[in-house]
Amino acid sequence: MSLDLPLIWAAILAVAVLLYVLLDGFDLGIGVLFPFATPEERDVMTAAIAPVWDANETWLVLGGGGLFAAFPLAYAVIMPACYAPIMLMLGALIFRGVAFEFRAHGRNRGKRWWTFAFSAGSLIAVLAQGFVLGAFVQGIHVKNQAFAGGPLDWLTPFTCLTAVSLTLGYALLGSAWMVAKSEGDLQIKARGWAVRLSLAVVVCMALVSLATLVVNPAVGARWGVGLTGINWYRLVSLSPAPLVGGGALFGAFLTARSGRSDSLPYLLAALAFMAGYAGLAISIAPFVVPYQLTLWQCAAKDNALALMLVGVAIMLPVILSYTAFVYWIFRGKAKPDHAYG
Amino acid sequence: MVFDHFLLSRLQFAFTVAFHIIFPAFTIGLGSYLAVLEGLWLTTRRTVFKNLYFFWIKIFALAFGMGVVSGVVMSYQFGTNWSVFAVKTGSVLGPLLGYEVLTAFFLEASFLGVMLFGWNRVGPALHFTATFAVAFGTLISASWILAANSWMQTPAGFAIENGRFIAVDWIKVIFTPSFPTRLAHMVTAAYLTTALTVLGAAGLQQVRNKATPETKVMMRMAIGLIALLAPLQLVIGHESGKVAHEYQPAKVAAMEGWWESGRQPTILLGWPDDRSESTKVLLQTPVGFGSWVVAGDASTPLKGLKAWPKADRPPSLIPFWAFRIMVGLGLAMIGVGFYGAFLWVRRKLDAARVYPWLTLATAPAGFLAVVCGWMATEVGRQPFVVYGWLRTRDAISPVADGAVATSLVGVLVVYSLVFSAGALYIGRLLFAGPSSSEQARDAVAAPGNALQLAAAAEEIAP
Ligand code: HDD
Ligand code: HEM
Ligand code: HEM
Repeated sequence: MSLDLPLIWAAILAVAVLLYVLLDGFDLGIGVLFPFATPEERDVMTAAIAPVWDANETWLVLGGGGLFAAFPLAYAVIMPACYAPIMLMLGALIFRGVAFEFRAHGRNRGKRWWTFAFSAGSLIAVLAQGFVLGAFVQGIHVKNQAFAGGPLDWLTPFTCLTAVSLTLGYALLGSAWMVAKSEGDLQIKARGWAVRLSLAVVVCMALVSLATLVVNPAVGARWGVGLTGINWYRLVSLSPAPLVGGGALFGAFLTARSGRSDSLPYLLAALAFMAGYAGLAISIAPFVVPYQLTLWQCAAKDNALALMLVGVAIMLPVILSYTAFVYWIFRGKAKPDHAYG
Repeated sequence: MVFDHFLLSRLQFAFTVAFHIIFPAFTIGLGSYLAVLEGLWLTTRRTVFKNLYFFWIKIFALAFGMGVVSGVVMSYQFGTNWSVFAVKTGSVLGPLLGYEVLTAFFLEASFLGVMLFGWNRVGPALHFTATFAVAFGTLISASWILAANSWMQTPAGFAIENGRFIAVDWIKVIFTPSFPTRLAHMVTAAYLTTALTVLGAAGLQQVRNKATPETKVMMRMAIGLIALLAPLQLVIGHESGKVAHEYQPAKVAAMEGWWESGRQPTILLGWPDDRSESTKVLLQTPVGFGSWVVAGDASTPLKGLKAWPKADRPPSLIPFWAFRIMVGLGLAMIGVGFYGAFLWVRRKLDAARVYPWLTLATAPAGFLAVVCGWMATEVGRQPFVVYGWLRTRDAISPVADGAVATSLVGVLVVYSLVFSAGALYIGRLLFAGPSSSEQARDAVAAPGNALQLAAAAEEIAP
């Protein structure tokens, strides 16, 4: 029996990107929420993510590097198609990344500027990721196995919607993370953010789902929704994904409001993201460039995939265990004193 | 010269990677230095080492952060600007870069958090393990990325299928002919770069008459390392040259400024010119010396650039001068190391007046030599990305000129802002120097520290 290596790799990359979204999602979200916090609260907020943000961002490198390694053709089509938003994201990530250290070194004006840079950088990075997501879902113009569209193809009303939605989604993850990591006034504030954001995200998810059916008719057909009518059997059998998503967001709303659990809001918000992610997978599998190139067309040579699979089989458990260990070391409520010295 | 997306992408790639390498060149060495300092503190319990650890870790945190963010940009540029390169080499280079992420980046990034923020949360053994993991991670990372780059310089172990590279022998792909010397040369370069910076930081305090036990230890550790590694680097560099001559003779001809074939001199100073296909020589050794250096025999005839068709020649000016600056700085480093060792043996180091000024002058030499070394290596590989097999021109993405022009301007602005601020903050720390006493250390507390945050908050409050 031979393994379907491209399929395994699609699964690995899907997990890597999901972990990226769940982990870097909350620290980017915290940056998005920065303007709504007081200076002292901001220091607690950065303390809640400073020890882990770099490792979180490494999942993005694995996502990009993994795409290059496993599906070079997809990487070569998607990256030029999303040239502007990717460059924007990278620039924004530079600002917010260095701001972690720079904020602590800046004096008055410097500190204020890097606080701004952290927040604006986070916001722009998330928006850019939302544009990439939207451009990817709405379809990329491909000719002769290469990107053949224009430089602004990624900018449409649909991608604006996905950008805003993703931003609110990450902000929800960020606020839920702060519910878990803070206490007192800041926690109350974070609960308020989480309550409002979970409602906003329900609306966004619904809008994006509907818009997707319209923007890309092939996706509609997948879900049994077309101009000629509705395939109820299909729609109902796929409905657990959106239902779980909506339910989880409602749960996040309730737990954030009741104040009884510190960790459930984040876990439920994460579940909602997973459900949305599953919905996306249903919409596009087995394509890596939606409805243009399948994962088998884009895959690297089998011996390359096999070599890397060995690496992943050995290293991924190791990475996950020390990641868990680091989170465990920094467990508990964040205080702005996690320092050396 | 046409400023199309091809040239602009090359400029953008060259600028971003040259910017990126500045930080690894420093953090690879500094990571190991911190591991040594913490190890010495744990075994000897001398506070000097702890004070030094706390001093350098702040600088490390700043440099590492800039290294990470500029590295993330690199990993996406293969796709955004060099998509054809990505498609064609993905099945060979992909796994190498994938292994870099799996074995190095996660290790560095995860334990960095423990290293920077875990001093009060974990025991000394675990903290030392974290420092060690970060230091080790930088070395693993360097090995994989240099394996990838060496494959592009001296490709081996592959075949071509449907116009794409595929691996037939992974061991040969990873251990290409230029890999061992390149790895040794680069890691040594990183250690030298760090040692020169440490030396300069100590010299700075001596110039200001503020030498402390800490700065004296710094100075001695740095001098020891430089006196050892700088001569070694000459030997490794010479070996690199021999490998390059065997596999990329056109690059060596460009670095040496040779146009005609025959027994060659070594041109010490000159100005190569691609248009007139000649080098204006200001100073050179007798004919035969160049052949002796490169081939080990003064009577060996060696090829000049004219032996290759114009379309296959690298440009000559940049490799020629970048190579000379690198070697010149390498010789200067040997001088600084030996002179320092001499003063140390004669017990004149702490009273020296001129030497500390000298260390200030050579503090940036490592960075400059590293960037020049890469310029010589990479421009000398042109017009190919994968030497002999894939031309740079054929590797470019189908993106619009305007998009690349905009991103290039953006990159220039963002990088200069970030670099200036980073340099300012590192400069301030270096100027303040390591503190000697416990209290003083707490006063200039580490980033993120409660005291410092409180102080900063007060400053901001109206
Ligand atoms: C000789 C060493 C060396 C060289 C030639 C390069 N790098 Fe690098 N890179 C490192 C050594 C390094 C390093 C020492 O591992 C890092 C970690 C922090 C730092 O300052 O440098 C780094 C960070 C770093 C990161 C961030 C890792 C993280 O998230 O923690 C990425 C994605 C890259 N690099 C990618 C690249 C690419 C695509 C390169 C080539 C074009 C490249 N690097 C050249
Ligand atoms: C880190 C130190 C490095 C420096 C300073 C450096 C510098 C450069 C420069 C100056 C060029 C432009 C040459 C020209 O177009 O004339 C170039 C090209 C290139 N380098 Fe490197 N390089 C480095 C490492 C690497 C590594 C490790 C890789 C791959 C793993 C790499 C991949 C490439 C590619 C794909 C190009 C072609 C794009 C281009 O021509 O601009 N480089 N590099
Ligand atoms: C002292 C005499 C030196 C000699 C003879 C020498 C020789 C060389 C040669 C021939 C290359 C090109 C290798 C190739 O293209 O395959 C090279 C590259 C390089 N050199 Fe040097 N070098 C010297 C000193 C230094 C110093 C002091 C540094 C930095 C501190 C340095 C850093 C580099 C780097 C970063 C590269 C590019 C990476 C590589 O190709 O190895 N070199 N050197």
